[in-house]
Amino acid sequence: MGVCCCKDSKEQKLDEIIARYKGTRGALIPVLHEAQEIYGYLPMSVQKRIAEGLNVSLADVYGVVTFYTQFSLEPKGKYKINVCLGTACYVKGSGAILDKLSQILKIKSGQCTKDGLFSLDACRCVGACGLAPVMMINDDVYGRLTPDDIPGIIKSYRDKEAEAV
Amino acid sequence: MSDFVTLTIDGKEVKAPVGSTVLEAAKLAGIHIPTLCYLKGVNEIGACRMCVVDVGAKSLQAACMYPVAEGLKVVTNSPEIRESRRVTLELILSSHEKKCLSCVRSRNCELQKLARDLNIQDIRFEGAEQNFPIDDLSHSIVRDPNKCILCRRCVSVCKYIQTVSAIETVDRGYKTIVASPFHMPLRDTPCVNCGQCIVACPTGALREKSSIEKVWDALGNEDLYVIVQTAPAVRAALGEEFGLPIGTPVTGKMVSALKKLKFDKVFDTDTAADLTIMEEGTELVNRIKNNGKLPLITSCSPGWIKFCEHNFPDMLDNLSTCKSPHEMFGAMLKSYYAEKMGIDPSKIFVVSVMPCTAKKFESKRSELASTGYPDVDEVITTRELAEMIKEAGIDFVNLEDEKFDDPMGEATGAGVIFGATGGVMEAALRSVPYLLTGKDPEQVEIKAVRGEDGIKTAELEVAGIKIRAAVAHGLGNARKLLEKVRSGEETYHFIEIMACPGGCVTGGGQPIQPASVRNEIDLRTERAKAIYQEDESSTMRFSHHNPTVQKFYEEYLGEPGGHKSHELLHTHYIVRENYPEDCVCDPQ
Repeated sequence: MGVCCCKDSKEQKLDEIIARYKGTRGALIPVLHEAQEIYGYLPMSVQKRIAEGLNVSLADVYGVVTFYTQFSLEPKGKYKINVCLGTACYVKGSGAILDKLSQILKIKSGQCTKDGLFSLDACRCVGACGLAPVMMINDDVYGRLTPDDIPGIIKSYRDKEAEAV
Repeated sequence: MSDFVTLTIDGKEVKAPVGSTVLEAAKLAGIHIPTLCYLKGVNEIGACRMCVVDVGAKSLQAACMYPVAEGLKVVTNSPEIRESRRVTLELILSSHEKKCLSCVRSRNCELQKLARDLNIQDIRFEGAEQNFPIDDLSHSIVRDPNKCILCRRCVSVCKYIQTVSAIETVDRGYKTIVASPFHMPLRDTPCVNCGQCIVACPTGALREKSSIEKVWDALGNEDLYVIVQTAPAVRAALGEEFGLPIGTPVTGKMVSALKKLKFDKVFDTDTAADLTIMEEGTELVNRIKNNGKLPLITSCSPGWIKFCEHNFPDMLDNLSTCKSPHEMFGAMLKSYYAEKMGIDPSKIFVVSVMPCTAKKFESKRSELASTGYPDVDEVITTRELAEMIKEAGIDFVNLEDEKFDDPMGEATGAGVIFGATGGVMEAALRSVPYLLTGKDPEQVEIKAVRGEDGIKTAELEVAGIKIRAAVAHGLGNARKLLEKVRSGEETYHFIEIMACPGGCVTGGGQPIQPASVRNEIDLRTERAKAIYQEDESSTMRFSHHNPTVQKFYEEYLGEPGGHKSHELLHTHYIVRENYPEDCVCDPQ
């Protein structure tokens, strides 16, 4: 199956969602949620389609997308890194963990690497304060981290990818 | 149930209408409550917390939102209230770019005034410096988010009054900013350049793109023959910039000031307004007679034109092909006048003084250059003219009246009323009978199309033809009206649309009156009075009586709607996508 075909099916799904909600009050946020599930993020083209479909302005849509932290303007990586900046992790130095990741991956928090492998985000408490500072990569939890641990962890994922090829 | 409730404000009994707010009730009692984000009829959202009062609740409440109730006891002045207002204002000021000395709104800034009114002597908090980029890519509007206090007046007027929605509050918390989607420059959005955001802004966060330096340069260039023309609405408001009461017509002083600024000629755009009526009236008569596309919709308001291009692309054929009056005038100056006076048109520099920011964008449209040169070289707003007059040290208030220059300075009362909503319609309806029958109508004034109703309609019979006319001002009203026309619910022959609520007298380029004034009086009505006064005192009140216009046709144009007219005075429009697909603004 080609890439185009895949894109079309995403667009078709989005149009179905819009059609389902059209005309209902307060439709924008649920539509954005479902759209993000399809695309992984909310690029301009998707927001435009939603704005046109729901008959609201693009400014309205963009205002809502940027207000709520769940909505992302950036694609997410295959491996989604979330660094906890909750109180306990923060005082245990998770800020330095985030900086280290940012430095190694050459992206800022909220962004995704060019190869699409890693995306980096800060998050609030993940409920593992005993392990502070904590980060998660997809569903795996890494605790009691120091910045020196980071290169090895990232490398392990890169190696896994290299093996898979 | 009574329509009124009785409440007590600062110990004073007040009878206020049910459904009104504490702020409105306080006004009835002559009690002043400070406000900042509140702009009557536009922005009533209680965001700034400057109007907090004690209503006996757990916390202080925003008077602009809090509804009156029978027996309510309100305190508007106490140590707690004063401290709350002060802390809030100091927090707003803490991250505000305080470059007041060089700010365009200095002395007319509502934030500055409030800081004095609340006796702010020191700002106890130091906020992090905001360093947002200034968006100055639009031909008409400059946005400086560093001076924005997030009151949302601009957002409200753009979204709810104009239904344009080019801007919105974006992001959250300390990073919150008023911006276009994806932080695009205004230039790349469906912004119509109406400038209503500018006149709604309490600070210097929004201003027009200044052309003052370009005009000074032209005036200082001896090779250029610099001609200025002024729109009808300018004379109705310019005096406000010099402390004259709202609604004072200052035509003579304005002409005098322009001569002192050393313009080679000072002409009246109203002359071209009369010319527009001849062309547009003829267009209407032709379309009615020949089963052409109806309704015919006026094309004087460039904000409306861009709005139509974005939102009603299927109705572009309904637009009159007439250029707006100042563009017609520019084309005539660089052709007819240049030939008559023996001046090389490349040396003529036309400056338009307009109540409008959208005219700046309009003058840069490449199709508006009939002679090979731009019809109009630069547009300055009423505000910019006032700045130039002040910079030149001219004592405006004490100037002697002077008259527009001949031969292009002659205008009729019909040309003058273009400045108020319904004016173009009325001027046209005064001349249509003549165009159909060769006779003047008995009734000059057509009051049905005057006034501040958002949508006005009239029906009149001329030479056996019934003409159904409608007038809308403010783009939200225009949208409502056009949706009815589009669906076939209503049919008209002729529609006048002005982008700005109230028409040109309250255009986006007019002197800025603070909310404290706009909340109290209807600026539109007051300024329109000056316009109608000038019309009433005119000896000529029909566009087709204008001898200058008659000469245009005799000596140069031939007949209205003729070949030469089409070459010089008419234009075309383009379909504009709202956010073009290839406008890639990656949010990086």
